[in-house]
Amino acid sequence: MTADLAGWGRYPRHNSNLLAPHSVAALCAMQASLDNYVARGAGRAYGDAGIGLGSTIAMRALNRMRDFDPVNGLVTVEAGVSLEEVIDALLPRGWFVPAVPGTRFVTVGGMVAADVHGKNHHRTGGFGAHVASLKLLAPRGELLTCSRDENCALFDATIGGMGLTGAIVEVTLRLIRVETGWVRQRTVATRDLESTLAALAKAEAEATYSVAWIDISPGRRPVGRGVVLLGEHALAAELPEGQPVVPPRRARRLSIPVELPEGLLNRWSVGAFNTLYHCKAALRGEADLVRWDSYFFPLDAIGNWNRMYGQSGFLQHQCVVPWPAGPEVVAEILDRVAAAGCAPFLAVLKSLGAGAGDLSFPMPGLTLTIDLRVTPQVLCLLDELDRIVVAAGGRLYLAKDARQSPNTFRAGYPGLADFEALRREIGATGRLTSRLSERLAIQ
Amino acid sequence: MTNASRVLIVGGASDIGRATAKVYADRGWNVMLAGRNVAECERNADDIAVRAGRRPDVTGLDILQTDRFAAFVDGLPDLPDTVVCVVGLLGDQARDQSDPARAALTMRSNFEGPALLLDAFASRMASRGRGVIVGISSVAGDRGRSSNYIYGSSKAGFSAFLSGLRHRLVRQGVCVITVKPGFVRTKMTAHMTLPRRLTAEPEEVAKAIFLADQAKRPRSLYVRSVWRPIMTIIRILPESLFLRTRL
Repeated sequence: MTADLAGWGRYPRHNSNLLAPHSVAALCAMQASLDNYVARGAGRAYGDAGIGLGSTIAMRALNRMRDFDPVNGLVTVEAGVSLEEVIDALLPRGWFVPAVPGTRFVTVGGMVAADVHGKNHHRTGGFGAHVASLKLLAPRGELLTCSRDENCALFDATIGGMGLTGAIVEVTLRLIRVETGWVRQRTVATRDLESTLAALAKAEAEATYSVAWIDISPGRRPVGRGVVLLGEHALAAELPEGQPVVPPRRARRLSIPVELPEGLLNRWSVGAFNTLYHCKAALRGEADLVRWDSYFFPLDAIGNWNRMYGQSGFLQHQCVVPWPAGPEVVAEILDRVAAAGCAPFLAVLKSLGAGAGDLSFPMPGLTLTIDLRVTPQVLCLLDELDRIVVAAGGRLYLAKDARQSPNTFRAGYPGLADFEALRREIGATGRLTSRLSERLAIQ
Repeated sequence: MTNASRVLIVGGASDIGRATAKVYADRGWNVMLAGRNVAECERNADDIAVRAGRRPDVTGLDILQTDRFAAFVDGLPDLPDTVVCVVGLLGDQARDQSDPARAALTMRSNFEGPALLLDAFASRMASRGRGVIVGISSVAGDRGRSSNYIYGSSKAGFSAFLSGLRHRLVRQGVCVITVKPGFVRTKMTAHMTLPRRLTAEPEEVAKAIFLADQAKRPRSLYVRSVWRPIMTIIRILPESLFLRTRL
């Protein structure tokens, strides 16, 4: 069935032959006759990573949890199981996923393919670091078990490999023990970029989870006032009496039913939101107990929030810039964005450690994330930002990318040569092709 | 928990079977999945074991091998408190109407097999004086229509069978329930474009089954109440008018 597919950013859109196997056996049979395909999880990559050039294999029906070992905290799930399902099943028994991205609606396979990172990356690494082993349907049709001991080159390439080494079928994941489903959150309001960076550095030294949100409303001076959020898993003893150890499920209250008009997110509405958010954080200050879902996945509370940007869709620009240039480059990027007068809704800053795979995004440095509605001016602005990032030895996150050039990509990913060599060896070249790999000329 | 209630779900590899098993397991029941595709039943059992913390048993059963039903029922470790039959084969109307063997397969899978299997449970439950039998039939059985009358007629037969069984057992302590889900988003309908308001998720069907079991009221029900007026109209439409429609 031909389907019109897009990522979470709703840009770009491409037709692809969409297939949805219901079992591993069906997947294997299907894969044999396909060319230029890629597996797709929840479609939460922002750009074109989950769209096959010819065919796209929807993995959501491979959604069985297969095994849980409560002694070692190892859970084995099919790749189409969502992060939400893993947490729902195992948090009540005192387990949590050691690295989570900003949404719980991703699949486990997608989290491996993007080697997603969370607010604790500088301490515990990304999702890939906690994968004990995985089963991969390689391009020649073999089902291979990959781990740090078995098919280890393929394992390293698959973590962060954007699905370009094969279809991830099953993942065994190491969980961490938590006492409650609550997070102790502290917020620190800051007045400019320098104090934001200082507060973030301090937060990273102290807290398990840390991230900075920055107000980059156009016209605001000084640039970079923000809020630094610190978090720790709350201990059972820290809960007030009578509070349930795991918060009860909450129905989603708000959803955006249709694409909103293009002009709704403008410099005034975004500016007003940012000011409100900053004032609220400045008032709060003290530690708060926050539900796990509100803490880790605040945007999940608004269904289809990607429709806020209207029909043309939006771009998320996430770069990482290595130390020590990070702060200076971030300041320059924020200046450029402010000067361009675009109205970014979200700017998020945190530092990262090293990634686990050949094409993993994280490297020791500062990462900055900005959301922008797709317009011709924004596309030009982002090209400009890419040049700054490349000059500083940084790179862009493939799971967010919809538009970087092959040159930007090549400059940022020195592991690419090994990755392409492995693709040739396993027969992936010319066979496993997503719109992203085509655009970036990944062989 | 040796004294937990027991449910047997026939069609344990299906999406509705899986969702139903999950609902019963979450409520502390001992679940057994039966199906032809044992590997797929095992896959669902693994899933429920991780999510619900208790693993369903799995047993092989081919709904077309009707001569083995008596031995199957007698071979179970215990006579279950509830039997849910979610077996169904949609078939392909255009193909089935020109291929009698295919048509027979659809008819036997939806009617002959499920009816005879539930009949084997009925007499044993009646002599025990207690039990619940849930059969998943279909709105397609409410009136034969050109677009799917082979499937529809076999479901009509199954509905009539369940109705009769309900009538027979009502005074013997056994409750027979017919569930008509309407469209459900499953493997069976993956190739179809379904109207959203009329389409239930497997979990919704599962909950309706469990609630009906708990209520122990012998009856026939639609999972989504919107189907009641729709099917009433389709049923009472005079033949002269009905023949002019394209349903």
